[in-house]
Amino acid sequence: MSELKLPVGPGDHVQGPRDAAITLVEYGDFECPFCGEAYPELKIVQRAMGNRLCFVFRNFPLSNMHPHAERAAEFAEGAATIGHFWEMHDLLYENQEALEQRNLTRYATELGLSHELIQSAIRGDFAERICRDFTGGVRSGVNGTPCLFINGRRFDGPATAAALLEVLRSFGED
Amino acid sequence: MPNSPSLLVAGQHAPDFTLRSTADQSVSLSELRGRPVVLVFYPADWSPVCSDQVSLYNELLSEFHTYGAQFLGISVDGVWCHAAFAGDRKLHFPLLADFEPKGAVARRYGVYEESDGVCQRALFVINADGVVRWRYVSPIGVNPGAEGILDALDKLSREPGQSL
Repeated sequence: MSELKLPVGPGDHVQGPRDAAITLVEYGDFECPFCGEAYPELKIVQRAMGNRLCFVFRNFPLSNMHPHAERAAEFAEGAATIGHFWEMHDLLYENQEALEQRNLTRYATELGLSHELIQSAIRGDFAERICRDFTGGVRSGVNGTPCLFINGRRFDGPATAAALLEVLRSFGED
Repeated sequence: MPNSPSLLVAGQHAPDFTLRSTADQSVSLSELRGRPVVLVFYPADWSPVCSDQVSLYNELLSEFHTYGAQFLGISVDGVWCHAAFAGDRKLHFPLLADFEPKGAVARRYGVYEESDGVCQRALFVINADGVVRWRYVSPIGVNPGAEGILDALDKLSREPGQSL
């Protein structure tokens, strides 16, 4: 049914080979508890699939419901500019209960973001990028978070390692 | 039990209605002529799927507004339930109460679920002349997202006489 309208491109945050047989795209919100629950599950999936999987994260902050989500996404994008997107992604999901500005600033400092870069994230300088992810997600049929796409098709099953691995392994056999 | 009319289809006039949005305010569809209207029927305030669905639309209001569209949610919940739900989820669009007689508007649109006594999960995009241009009924447990609504608004904005 719903298909990814924005193909995975050079601007995306990816883990694993870009030419892997299977691409798993997550639209996520750093404050969303369901994304928080999916986080360790997706790690298991990545470890199990190894180089056969390219994992992509795109921003989908539901800012009215999750007041810290947009700012957290700004910090992740800020970290991305110095090559530390995934470290920040992991820190945010591992500390979902602590996403106040002072917490974000501490994670950023730990990862080596400069004062200027931190100010930039606080100002919202990455809003356009985040908005582009969000709008592309809406157009692709993202209806909540986390929303997963496997090789471009929306996956409507549960975001658990067991459910995902079953589907991903069947893809690999094609 | 009166027979429910069948589901409205594209090209039909959207039946007019007046429903309460708060204890002392009402919204009439006919008052909104001249701009597109997105009408979202959903089963219940507070239910998990509905909450995700309305929260998503809430994030997209600015997008809907770029088409000049008015966005309305409708369920059989009463105004005080709507007020509590909208407050809790920080919703910035009206929730209309199809409460008395229960589900009367949903019936006229052919989207009342008799067995459960709730609205179906149905989306209508109505043009500036009050004509249904697109509609979609989702399985009750599935959040339909917003892509269909945005595609319909895109098409609408290209229709003659519907430009903004």
